[in-house]
Amino acid sequence: MAESAAAPHVAPEMGGAEVTKRDFLKLVAGAGAAVGAGAIVWPMVDSMNPAADVLALSSTTVDLAPVIPGQAITISWRGKPVFVRHRTLDEIAKAHADDKARLPDPAADATRVKVGREQWLIVVGICTHLGCIPLGNRSTEVRGEYGGWFCPCHGSHYDTSGRIRQGPAPANLAVPPYAFESDTKIKIG
Amino acid sequence: MAGLHKSEISNPVLNWIDSRLPIFTMIQKEYGVFPTPRNFNYFWNFGALAMINLVIMIATGIFLAMNYTPHATMAFDSVERIMRDVNNGWLLRYVHANGASMFFIVVYIHMLRSLYYGSYKAPRELLWILGVIILLLMMATAFMGYVLPWGQMSYWGATVITNLFSAFPIVGESIVTWLWGGYSVDNATLNRFFSLHYLLPFVLVGVVFLHVAALHVTGSNNPLGIDVKTPQDTLPFHPYYTMKDSVGICVYLLVFAILVFFAPNYLGHSDNYIPANPLVTPAHIVPEWYFLPFYAILRSVPDKLGGVLLMFGSIGVLAVLPWLDTSPVRSASFRPVYRILFWVLVLACVVLGIAGGKPAEGVWVWLSRVATAYYFLHFLVILPILGKFERPLPLPESISRAVLGRDGGFGGGGGGLMPGGAVAKPMEKA
Ligand code: HEM
Ligand code: FES
Repeated sequence: MAESAAAPHVAPEMGGAEVTKRDFLKLVAGAGAAVGAGAIVWPMVDSMNPAADVLALSSTTVDLAPVIPGQAITISWRGKPVFVRHRTLDEIAKAHADDKARLPDPAADATRVKVGREQWLIVVGICTHLGCIPLGNRSTEVRGEYGGWFCPCHGSHYDTSGRIRQGPAPANLAVPPYAFESDTKIKIG
Repeated sequence: MAGLHKSEISNPVLNWIDSRLPIFTMIQKEYGVFPTPRNFNYFWNFGALAMINLVIMIATGIFLAMNYTPHATMAFDSVERIMRDVNNGWLLRYVHANGASMFFIVVYIHMLRSLYYGSYKAPRELLWILGVIILLLMMATAFMGYVLPWGQMSYWGATVITNLFSAFPIVGESIVTWLWGGYSVDNATLNRFFSLHYLLPFVLVGVVFLHVAALHVTGSNNPLGIDVKTPQDTLPFHPYYTMKDSVGICVYLLVFAILVFFAPNYLGHSDNYIPANPLVTPAHIVPEWYFLPFYAILRSVPDKLGGVLLMFGSIGVLAVLPWLDTSPVRSASFRPVYRILFWVLVLACVVLGIAGGKPAEGVWVWLSRVATAYYFLHFLVILPILGKFERPLPLPESISRAVLGRDGGFGGGGGGLMPGGAVAKPMEKA
C-alpha cells in the first residue's frame, strides 16, 4: 500500500521534506478522530454541570419587620446562606468613614446598599477566600477587628459594609440581586 | 508444540494453563527468583505494606458500599446504621477509616526512604514519578472518601478544598460550579464523589502495576545506593524477602489493630459525628492529619492564588526532583551534608504538620512560613547546588564486599546459593 501511494511531490516550504497523500490522509483521519472523541467526551463532562432543576432560578422573600437594629438574620437562598443585617447608625457611620480607608477591594458603602435604606446590608454569607461562613451574625459571636464579620477558617476580617479588610480573602462579601417589595419585605433572586 | 509457551511448571494442570498463558512463569520470574539486592533494611518493607493496604481498602470499601447510601439526606444516617446495626459494620468502617491513615503513614515512610537513599535518581526517575502520581491519586481518593459520611468536617472540608480552584483567574468560578454540579456542595457533589471514590482505587491498582513493572526493569535500589554488579550482590526474592516482608506485615498489622481496636477515633475529628449543616461552619476546621502539612503551606501565604499555587507546587517539585538533585551519589550514607539536610527537611514537614492543625494565628503562622520557605529552598536551591560542592565519602566496591567483607564471606554465593542455580541468570540479562 504505502509503496504504491501517489507520486510524492516535494513542498519547498517544508524544507524539502516529502509530503505524500498518505500524510494528508493521516492528518484528516487524526483530526476526525479528535473531533469525534471530543463530541463523545463533552456530553459526559457537561453532565457534571448544574442540572436544569438546580439552575431554575429560585427566589426567596424575607420579612424584615422582626429584625431590630443591631440584629442580623441568616436565610438560605439557592443553598447558600444570605446575611441580612439591620445596621445601627454607628455602624453605618463607620462604614461611610471607611470608604476612604485602604481597601483591598475598593467599594463605597453606598454601592453596597439601596438608597434610602442604608440600614439594611444584605450580603451572601460565604467567605470569598475558601467558602466558609463567617461569624458575627449573632451578637454573641466574634465580629473581627472591623465590627462586621470574622471568618474563623483562615482569619479574614470584614467590616460593617461586608468589605474585606484583613486576611487572605481577596474580595468583599457578594451582594446578591434583591429588591424591596415593601418597607419590610425584600425578594432575593 | 508451535505457538505454546515452553513451561517448566511440573504440575500437569498448571503446566497446561502456563503453556497457554504463562502467568505462573511470570510470577516465578518476578517474585520467585527475582534477583534482589542482599542488603535491604526494613525500610524496604513499605512498598509491600502499601500494596497490602490498598487491598484492605478495596476489600472493606466494597462491603461498606453495600450498606452506604450516597444521598445528602441519608448518607450520615446510613453510616450510623453501618456502625450500630450492620453485622460487623463498625469493624469494616473502623478498618476503612483507620486504613486510610495507615496508608498515608506507610506511603510517607516509603517516600522518605526513597529520599534518604536517593532511589529517585537515574535510572529510576519514571518509577519515582509514577510514585508521585500514586500519591496524588491517594490524596484525591482519601479526600472524597472523607466527604462520604456527610458530617460537618466532611461538608466543610469539601467546601474549602473545592474552593481552592476558585483561586484561578477567569475560569476558577466555572470550575468550582462544575465540580459541585450546583451552587454549593450538595447532593450532586456527594453523588459524584462516591462514584469517583469507588473508581480511583482501581485506577490506583493500574498505576501501582506500572510502578512495579518499572521497578522490575531497573531493579531495586538499596541502602548503599550503589548498583548491583554481580549475582553475589543479590538474593532471590523468595524466600528471603517474602520472609522479611512477612515480618514487617506482622508488625504493621499489630499497629493497625491497636488503632482499630483501642483508638479508632483518635486520628479522626469529633465534629464529623455532627450531621452536615450548610449554614454553620465549625469554629475550627481542619483536614485529616495526612493533609495538614499541605494545609499549612496553603495558609502560610497571605494571598489566595499564591497559597494554592504553592500548595500544588509542593508536590510538583517532587515530580522534578530527579533533575533537581545534581549529586551522582544516591545514598545519604555517603553524603555527609545531605544527610543532615534530609533531617532538616523532615523537621520542616513535621512543623508544617503541627502548624496546619493549629489556628492560623500568631507564632504558628510564622513557623509555617519558615518551614514552607525551607521546604522549597531545600528542593529548588540547596539540592541543585549541594551536588556540586559536597564531598561524598568513598563508596564501597560492591554490595557483597560491603556486606560480607573482603572475600565475599561464607559461600560468597548470594543468588548462587539457591537451589535451582537459575537464580542468577535474570540478573545477567538485566
Ligand atoms: C485508596 C483506597 C481508599 C482510600 C484511601 C479510602 C479512604 C476513605 C476515607 C478516608 C473514608 C472516610 C472514612 C470515615 O471517616 O468514615 C472513606 C469512606 C468510604 N469509602 Fe473509601 N477509601 C479507599 C477505597 C475505597 C473503595 C475501593 C471503596 C468501594 C469499593 C470505598 C468505599 C467507601 C465508602 C462506601 C465509604 C463511606 C463509609 C464510611 O464513611 O466509612 N473506599 N474512604
Ligand atoms: S475561608 Fe474564610 S478565611 Fe479562608
